[in-house]
Amino acid sequence: MDEKEGKGKVGVKELSPIDVYKLLPKTNCKECGEENCMAFATKVVNREVAIEKCPPLLTKEHEKAYKQLKEMLKPAIKEIVIGVGDKAVKIGGKLVMYRHEFAYFNPTAIAIDVTDEMSDEEIMNRIKRTEQFNFEYIGQTLKLDMIAIRSTSNDPEKFKVTVKKVVENTRLPLILCSLNPNVLEAGLMAAPKARPLLYAATKENWKDMAELALMYNCSLTVFAPNNLKLLRSLAKTLLEYGAEDIVLDPGTFPSDGLADTLNNFTMIRRAACKRGDELFGFPLIGVPMTAWVDRGEAPEEIAKWREAYLAGLLITRFADVVIMHSVDGWSLLPPVVLRQNIYTDPRKPVAVEPGLKIFGTPDENSPVMFTTNFALTYYTVASDIENAKVNAYLLVVDTEGIAVDSAVAGRKLTAEKVADAIKASGVESKVKHRKLIIPGKAARLSGEIEELSGWQVLVGPRDSSDIPKFLQEKWQTQA
Amino acid sequence: MPEKKKEEETFGLKLSPRLLELLAKLQEIELEDFEMNVGDLEIWLQPGAVAAPTMALPKIAAPAKAKPATIIETDFIPPIETYPGKVVEVKLGATKSEGGTRGKSLVIGGETTPAFYTFERPTLHPPVVTLDVFDMEVPLAKAVKMHVKEVLGDPAAWAKLAVEKFGADMVTIHLITIDPLVKDVSPKDAVKTVEAVAQAVDVPLVIGGCGDPVKDADVFAEITETFAGERFLISSLTRDMDVERCAKFVKKNGHVALSFTPMDLNLARELNRRLYDFLPKEDIVMDLTTAALGYGLDYAFTNMERARLAALMGDPELAHPMSSGTTNAWAAREAWLKMAPEWEPRELRGPLWEVTTALTLLLAGVDLFMMMHPAAVKTLKDVTKQLTNARSGNADRLVEWVSAKV
Repeated sequence: MDEKEGKGKVGVKELSPIDVYKLLPKTNCKECGEENCMAFATKVVNREVAIEKCPPLLTKEHEKAYKQLKEMLKPAIKEIVIGVGDKAVKIGGKLVMYRHEFAYFNPTAIAIDVTDEMSDEEIMNRIKRTEQFNFEYIGQTLKLDMIAIRSTSNDPEKFKVTVKKVVENTRLPLILCSLNPNVLEAGLMAAPKARPLLYAATKENWKDMAELALMYNCSLTVFAPNNLKLLRSLAKTLLEYGAEDIVLDPGTFPSDGLADTLNNFTMIRRAACKRGDELFGFPLIGVPMTAWVDRGEAPEEIAKWREAYLAGLLITRFADVVIMHSVDGWSLLPPVVLRQNIYTDPRKPVAVEPGLKIFGTPDENSPVMFTTNFALTYYTVASDIENAKVNAYLLVVDTEGIAVDSAVAGRKLTAEKVADAIKASGVESKVKHRKLIIPGKAARLSGEIEELSGWQVLVGPRDSSDIPKFLQEKWQTQA
Repeated sequence: MPEKKKEEETFGLKLSPRLLELLAKLQEIELEDFEMNVGDLEIWLQPGAVAAPTMALPKIAAPAKAKPATIIETDFIPPIETYPGKVVEVKLGATKSEGGTRGKSLVIGGETTPAFYTFERPTLHPPVVTLDVFDMEVPLAKAVKMHVKEVLGDPAAWAKLAVEKFGADMVTIHLITIDPLVKDVSPKDAVKTVEAVAQAVDVPLVIGGCGDPVKDADVFAEITETFAGERFLISSLTRDMDVERCAKFVKKNGHVALSFTPMDLNLARELNRRLYDFLPKEDIVMDLTTAALGYGLDYAFTNMERARLAALMGDPELAHPMSSGTTNAWAAREAWLKMAPEWEPRELRGPLWEVTTALTLLLAGVDLFMMMHPAAVKTLKDVTKQLTNARSGNADRLVEWVSAKV
């Protein structure tokens, strides 16, 4: 759709390093850490480094160029910071509508709710579970990000006390939720410098909400369920009013109205990314917890299940922040893993550090295997070896994050690389044998590897799940 | 147990026998109510206490520029596009009047907009679901097995259960026994299995091979001929098969080919081009490979999304309905493995893993889902219905979530 829809400014994909280079001071001073301005420009275009890393550009002399560059590099969706300190979250900052067009930045922030009518114990318990949620996944720790405090009492005092309790017990950024400005103000008074996201300005209360956002320097959600004309009008009004950091909520309908929800999210994102609509160039908030509201007599598991898949749909369709109620691991894990998947950079294969990995307590007779540094391959192989409880060395060869078969075909995995990796790893001083088990999918390299490394090659299984069997049948008889 | 290993690979279900034993020892949790109720819920908003937010706030320093006193009205023009390309429509299954014996036939494809951009155009043919049925006992995740344990080893009964109880639009009969490394059952015997399934249910069928390019071709040849005119979906034709031979018997006997390639749009185009020499476009569905949630779903999603957008932009070689082996979600360890207590119960985590995989790909444009768990199937069908026969939600009451006591 790029070709058809590229009606706004120069698309991020079309931006070339030359466009950036032209506006740089061209001093080649290396103060940014790059060899020259052109190298710096390339990194800027790839969003690997911010232009602020160029000290000369920030001087008075280059002010105009700096502003031009800022404008040129501005994301279609404004980046907004919620909270303060090291736990603050960034949302938005999207450059493109489809992740394959470039990459998505700033993973969807996930907030867990508490209310001002929950018991102290329940609030503490939910904060604890939110903070302690963590899942180790291909070398990363997946976490939850925020606490949303809802006023179910509509009592400013109650809300104030609850906000106070929450900020005393967590540094996670907050979303303060009430449509009553007096309630929100009371909450803000309990956390005047916390810079929470305010939820929400509506057609009834927008002016008071805007005042609060200005007074406390907060971002403000605009809420107009299934009414994009109103949503857009409110965004315009609030911008004119002086609010700068806006988050858009077109409403999350959990069942009836779900089609409207996905359509609205999609139209907003397309209007911003493909048509340059600045009034819609803001992050989107989704509320999967609406699944709880119409639960009726159904068991909690149903609400958790529906909330989880709604979160998944919204993460796929452009939500920058979501509010959820369930704190159950089984229902949070799928959306959290999905978020990680959708927000990986499609330009860069997911890779792990190359080098020698040790499993169990290998000795001088233990098997030596190799695999590539493609993260999915590595973690699958590693977990298969772990599950088999064998003592072994695994040499991770740098294939620039490409899987075995593609790396062999694309010459990212060669006999030279394997031979060099053996030398560099020091494995030759760790084992007395010289037998290397190679992946079945790299079988065609066996002759060359033997020649270059001097090691004898054993062609291993094509799938790492067969490693235990292979070791049992082939290694133990050989060794 | 080399035989077992091979089976596990075939299904992408890498469950070790030890784990299966553990699964078997676990007490089951009752999921039946939960499955049946998901779709039957009525909207029921809890009346919350939302006060009219009218009270004035303290005055703040005078602004530099006049602040608006009323809402500045602007318009919103939906960003509608037109697309030069269109996905071909493919008919699966044939009724008596169409030359087969099925009770119904299904049409998939025909998209002229990205998936569920219903603000541009309503969905022409909603995606359909085909449930897996195996012709022998296979290792299955406990969460799946508990629903089908009565019919394991009886594909006809299994197919009946899939259609009558789990709401399958189609049934996939996986001919595992034909694998030379498993039982090496003859094409004639495979025909008998298909015959039994075709007798038991009258939905369109998918014929799944064992993955051996030579044996699959031999078995497919026999089946396509025996069931000529049925428009079965032959799963799959791959690059390492005798493409010409396979495409010819699919065409001659009136079936549909599933063109399968490993996550690479160029390879998909290449295989489709080879098929075009023998098959009309309307006889090809493509499968670009489904990786599980957490195991490369991002690649699968983006690959499919790119294929669909390319088709709409006029690339004819990718303008085919897409199939997804969503069952691959169960290859993810997180879908079936017993984990630390905070991630349990896996009986819920597993099917949610499958449905998250399915819904993500639903939004990429998949037309045909190959699935396994009844709760995942039910949810996918419910969501699809919500997105196609859209009913509006109650916007006035949606605000109440803010103050709802849940």
